[in-house]
Amino acid sequence: MAFDAGLAVLVLGMAVWTITARGTFAAVVGFVAYGLLLALVWVRLAAPDVALTEAALGSGITGGLLLGASARLRPTEAPATGETMGIGLRVAAAALCVLVAAGLAAIVVLLPEPAPTLAPPVAANMAALGLANPVTAVLMAYRAIDTLLETVVLLLALLGVWSLAPDRVWGGFPGPRHDADPHGLLTFIAQLLVPIGLIVGIHIFWVGSVAPGGEFQAATILAAMWILATMAGLVDDPPVNRRWLRILLVAGPAVFFAVGFAGWAMAGAFLAYPAPYAKLLILTIEIPVTLSIAATLALLVAGPPERAPP
Amino acid sequence: MNTATLYGLCGAVLVGLGLFGLIVHPQPLRKILAFNLIGGGVFLLFGVVARRGAAAGFGGDPVPQALVITGLVVAFAATALAVALLLRLVQEIGRRPTLRSDG
Amino acid sequence: MSLTLDVLTVLSVCAGAFFFLAGTVGLLRFPDALGRLHALTKADNLGLGLIVLGLLFQVEGPSAALKLISVWFLTLLAGATVTQLLARTARPGGMFE
Repeated sequence: MAFDAGLAVLVLGMAVWTITARGTFAAVVGFVAYGLLLALVWVRLAAPDVALTEAALGSGITGGLLLGASARLRPTEAPATGETMGIGLRVAAAALCVLVAAGLAAIVVLLPEPAPTLAPPVAANMAALGLANPVTAVLMAYRAIDTLLETVVLLLALLGVWSLAPDRVWGGFPGPRHDADPHGLLTFIAQLLVPIGLIVGIHIFWVGSVAPGGEFQAATILAAMWILATMAGLVDDPPVNRRWLRILLVAGPAVFFAVGFAGWAMAGAFLAYPAPYAKLLILTIEIPVTLSIAATLALLVAGPPERAPP
Repeated sequence: MNTATLYGLCGAVLVGLGLFGLIVHPQPLRKILAFNLIGGGVFLLFGVVARRGAAAGFGGDPVPQALVITGLVVAFAATALAVALLLRLVQEIGRRPTLRSDG
Repeated sequence: MSLTLDVLTVLSVCAGAFFFLAGTVGLLRFPDALGRLHALTKADNLGLGLIVLGLLFQVEGPSAALKLISVWFLTLLAGATVTQLLARTARPGGMFE
């Protein structure tokens, strides 16, 4: 309990730092540290899958994205005169936020006792799926439609990012060209870490059916390895008008939709799995979805096209 | 007060802090950071509901946990789109976007 | 037997925590970036290594032990690389200060 209180104080302290830091770079660094501490909180809340996702996605990749953005925005960061809020408005905003926080705290304290839960129905039907990780069972079987639409949302966000390209570089290479010394340190560490990261990513994907892990965490690690390789100059992001890239991105949701519609024929409802083939169908969905999401995440971090296509 | 309630209160305070940062900061990137804080607080509230639903041999109700994972991924997608919009806008107008009406 | 293992774990983790404390004090008190990087490497290498050593006494099975050691190894690798890269930009004549 004392450990939990200390951890909560640390998380809130990092959040206060993120809000009140002077420079944007300091705030982003505080945000990354906050995300890692939040992953510890998730472990304490008995949610290791969420802890993995928070550490990789919420703190790792989001931190990388925000650090790059804060570096590009550094010339514009100084607040202009007349732009910072007066003290009266700040006090009013603080009062509003205290009110909102108090309302949420009241809800937390007044949560119903005994707590309603869906764990027993999840546990009762998991054996039929051949999965031992209940969160994967929920993501891929009970709430598979959420996961399906989530992959579509990722694609829509990527479309939105790509549509921001200026006309002359439409369909071109995303992000700036990273030049690194081919005999330098960054290249060396990328050559060393990327294979290790790929193995770790595939392991987390495979073990997600029986232990904490799964496709989103694995896709994030694969995307991070791609980003590291591009930063070291080992590979370059392909131009976004390439057909094979677009097929790779769409393959995951397409297979998901196909299995969903086949469920109508085979088992009577959209995304229903016939009982003996459930594990096989889930695996058939998961592999393309992991690759698609990894590519989508890496391209979301790379940003809109900035160099003209060949 | 057990662990779950403590982290629930932590999540409530995070939402309040994030809302304050969203209102007070003039720079859009700080607003995006604060918005992510609000999201983190909301996910913590989900996690508290999940922890309180521990049953059937699991440490927590897996359905809210799966919802949080989905939410984390979608929150990253939204952040990436917001950052791309901001960078493109700064590239177009040459300075940080403000609410002043002189363009 | 398990009592000695527990005592060894507590001792190692406490020693590791001491090195983390020393590294943090160095981070806060040293005047320039290179000195702060120097202090942080003590936390990364020795502190984490001692904590991993202490946890090794508590694991069942070699695969968990291998995972712990690989965590320490990867942290060493990443930490050393980032320290080098930071030091190159932070040294006099580099990009900052």
